[in-house]
Amino acid sequence: MTTETFTDHYSALRDALPGQDLPWLSRLRAGALEQFAAAGLPTPRQESWKYTSLRPLEKAGFGATGAPRACISIDRAPSLLPSASDHHRLVFVDGHYRADLSTRAPLPEGAVLTTLREMLGKDPAWLEEHLGALAQDDSQALMALNTAMMMNGFVLRLAKGVTLHDPIEIVHLGGAGDGPLAYHPRNLVVLESGSQATLIEHYTHMGEQPYYTNIGTEVSLAEGAVLHHYKLQAEALNAFHTATVHAEVAAGALYDAFGMTTGARLSRNEIAVRLAGEEANCHLNGAYLVRGEQHVDNTTKIDHLVPNTACSEVFKGVIDDRARAVFQGKITVHRDAQHTNGHQLSKVLLLSDKAEIDAKPELEIYADDVACSHGATAGDLDHDALFYLRARGIPEEAARAMLIEAFLAESVQNIAAQGLCPALMSSIGHWLAGRPREA
Amino acid sequence: MLEIKNLHATVDGKEILKGIDLTINAGEIHAIMGPNGSGKSTLSYVLTGREGYEVTEGEVLFKGKNLLEMEPDERAGEGVFLAFQYPVEIPGVPNTTFLKEALNSVRRYRGEGELDAMQFVKLVREKTKMLHMSDEMLKRAVNVGFSGGEKKRNEALQMALLEPALAILDETDSGLDIDALKTVADSVNLLRGPDNAMLVITHYQRLLEYIVPDHVHVLAQGKIQVSGGKELALELEKSGYAEFTANAAA
Repeated sequence: MTTETFTDHYSALRDALPGQDLPWLSRLRAGALEQFAAAGLPTPRQESWKYTSLRPLEKAGFGATGAPRACISIDRAPSLLPSASDHHRLVFVDGHYRADLSTRAPLPEGAVLTTLREMLGKDPAWLEEHLGALAQDDSQALMALNTAMMMNGFVLRLAKGVTLHDPIEIVHLGGAGDGPLAYHPRNLVVLESGSQATLIEHYTHMGEQPYYTNIGTEVSLAEGAVLHHYKLQAEALNAFHTATVHAEVAAGALYDAFGMTTGARLSRNEIAVRLAGEEANCHLNGAYLVRGEQHVDNTTKIDHLVPNTACSEVFKGVIDDRARAVFQGKITVHRDAQHTNGHQLSKVLLLSDKAEIDAKPELEIYADDVACSHGATAGDLDHDALFYLRARGIPEEAARAMLIEAFLAESVQNIAAQGLCPALMSSIGHWLAGRPREA
Repeated sequence: MLEIKNLHATVDGKEILKGIDLTINAGEIHAIMGPNGSGKSTLSYVLTGREGYEVTEGEVLFKGKNLLEMEPDERAGEGVFLAFQYPVEIPGVPNTTFLKEALNSVRRYRGEGELDAMQFVKLVREKTKMLHMSDEMLKRAVNVGFSGGEKKRNEALQMALLEPALAILDETDSGLDIDALKTVADSVNLLRGPDNAMLVITHYQRLLEYIVPDHVHVLAQGKIQVSGGKELALELEKSGYAEFTANAAA
């Protein structure tokens, strides 16, 4: 997939893209395509892509996802929540919304949960105001590509003071098509003041075809709003996954994000958060388990713009075989942002000699009265602990699995949505069970 | 039960054990006393198979089997138990999970059926009661935030659950106040029987007032310098180890 292949996709699909009758949207798309074509796919020559090469993606070939494939025999999409739980679910297959697999429970007054396509029909004026409002970083070619090509995705809008008690689950199933596909889901979350929601995104697969998911998400949290945002990326091991998130957090609001990665041949999560009001707070936490030839990149950028804001960031990873992980975390404390509290940590377990982590924590501080820290560690399992377990009769592989699970369990068990913990723990267990020993 | 013959071992290329001979029969309690750096802990790690302890000469038979060829977990399955001087803290692993996994691993090895959750809870309750341990200690992560006494009690609990044939107690008295010491010693004494044996490694005689040995050996300079009955421990308390270290050096 070269830059040209993607621009060809755009030319081929242009008339089929939703909202082509809306001049503002056509302009938005055309501008984004121009930006993407000028910048091209990111290469390691760019500072923020130094450790992640998209060469494997360039070598693969994907078709543009046009009309949805009519019949995919599936009764039910997998869920990360207990089946009894009463929650809202939007299911997408190869990027296309599937109403038959989704659950649209009644929502309280002032709450809108819908697809981007539906929203373009219902309230284009509101979308015009919000779509692309936060994704203003010209250096993000993949976000520009998403803007140009966006076909569908979800939209969550909560009016002032509305609290959604039940979590929202967004499920993406990839690889179901006749051939390799590339698609670009676009999501928009706008929480007005004091509103609250819990959002769970699950990316997984059902077919054998390789695919490329390139997601763009904008999150706007007004005063005192709270969003718990979880993501499990368990894509097929022949898939590519890139996701760009922009979040703007107003005074007293909380953006609480936790992402877990086990899937995809190559993946990148890029999250940019602007703490724009006093007492704005964000948690950006993550866990990943990779092996084989997998490559996972977590790149975060947090801007403290005003006084008295806080962020905490802990990414923990387990890397086996020849897999490679990248963590780039940048915290910028702007001149006015006195009394910033910012803490960042990257911790990694390297299970093989060929496993690799490139960790680049970065603090840029322009205010003088702040409490900030960062750190990065990488190492093998604790030999003393391993011996202790084995001396009690626990065989080596089981002892190793216990310690790996324990390493990540802390992060998982700290999430606010406790109902999600069993599913996340079981995906860790699943990964551990599938850990073949290399001879 | 345990036969150690001319055991030599090195750590980082340095010879620490220089020819140990020791035979322990079922039903016996042996104490090994000695100054710091004499090789006491090395002996316990060699017997349990810790990485980095290399046997260069000699052999160790446990119930007639070559112990030194076994993995640490196999040795535990065979019935060798080391009560650690410094029990390891393992964040993120709940104590109960650990205890259940250990017990069932050993039971599998011994060809006994695994215990289900109910059976395990019943058994562990019985043992914690005996050891005056709180249920709260079971819920916490393994040894994390435990006081010195709690850690040693947790070792005693593991011993009580795994019912080893040979228990090696490495400086079990270190870091314990007298009450904790008594509790731990009581639980160790409960495990005494005609079918099992103990090797008590200690610097001080104090512990031996509560766990009374049949035989006492003095280890210094990597060798057993002298062996005797329990009265030897009392003599050492008065005279110290200087005599043995000086003799050995001479």
